[in-house]
Amino acid sequence: MTFAALADPTRRAILARLATGEASVQELSEPFEMSQPAISKHLKVLERAGLISVDIDAQRRPRRLETKRLEEAVDWIERYREIFEQNYQRLDALLEELQAKPAKRKRKKD
Amino acid sequence: MPIEVSQPGDRDVRVVRTFKAPRQLVWDAHTKPELMRKWCYGYPGWTLPICEMDVREGGKYRWRWRRDADGSEFGFFGAFSEVKAPSRLAHDQYFDPGDMDYAMPVGDPCLITLELSEADGVTTLTNTMTFVSKEARDQAVATGMTDGMELGYGRIDDMFKSAA
Repeated sequence: MTFAALADPTRRAILARLATGEASVQELSEPFEMSQPAISKHLKVLERAGLISVDIDAQRRPRRLETKRLEEAVDWIERYREIFEQNYQRLDALLEELQAKPAKRKRKKD
Repeated sequence: MPIEVSQPGDRDVRVVRTFKAPRQLVWDAHTKPELMRKWCYGYPGWTLPICEMDVREGGKYRWRWRRDADGSEFGFFGAFSEVKAPSRLAHDQYFDPGDMDYAMPVGDPCLITLELSEADGVTTLTNTMTFVSKEARDQAVATGMTDGMELGYGRIDDMFKSAA
């Protein structure tokens, strides 16, 4: 769930904003040119992943970063995933290239 | 085809990914140095200048990566314990810290198992890294085992730094 939550660039940007301090939904929606419901959807995903929490006692219900959870995810699994993803995208291209070569010869015969 | 990363057991970290290619080709890409160099170097700006592999049971291998920007290096080495082309490859993996002795703990090796299965022209790759103990895995995860590979890139970290 954490990986999926971090996979989205808007959600990563929200986390970056919250790294500077807590913020309300309205404050979070301003820099992104997104509606509050759209931002709320992203916030729910982040909440479910345990990456942020809500101060329900305060009137503006500010969101804050759950630093420990984020560190766990970003520090290791996310990097591990990214390294494999970079490698495997290049492997996709190489496999395509390797398969294209014999196919070309085959077409010539036909 | 996004990759899936999971921790299926106490001591494991697993990556699963599919490729639109016969598994013999995926096998070749993991066992022939001239092919492996073309894709297996992590982030742009890195290369795999040392890639030596004697792919048979008991045969040894050595990989060493290098970041061109500052010449930093690290690597892995070990021996193949299982070679069943084109479906299963297993080897132990020792960390060779090079200039990056902070990147992960040096000591007990991990066991890497690569499994390839093919159906309808699609190959499913499963890469499982098994640590000697749960403690070793948790320690690797906690200390940021792949920091070395991330250096010079760190997109997410930079984002947080600039925000802080």
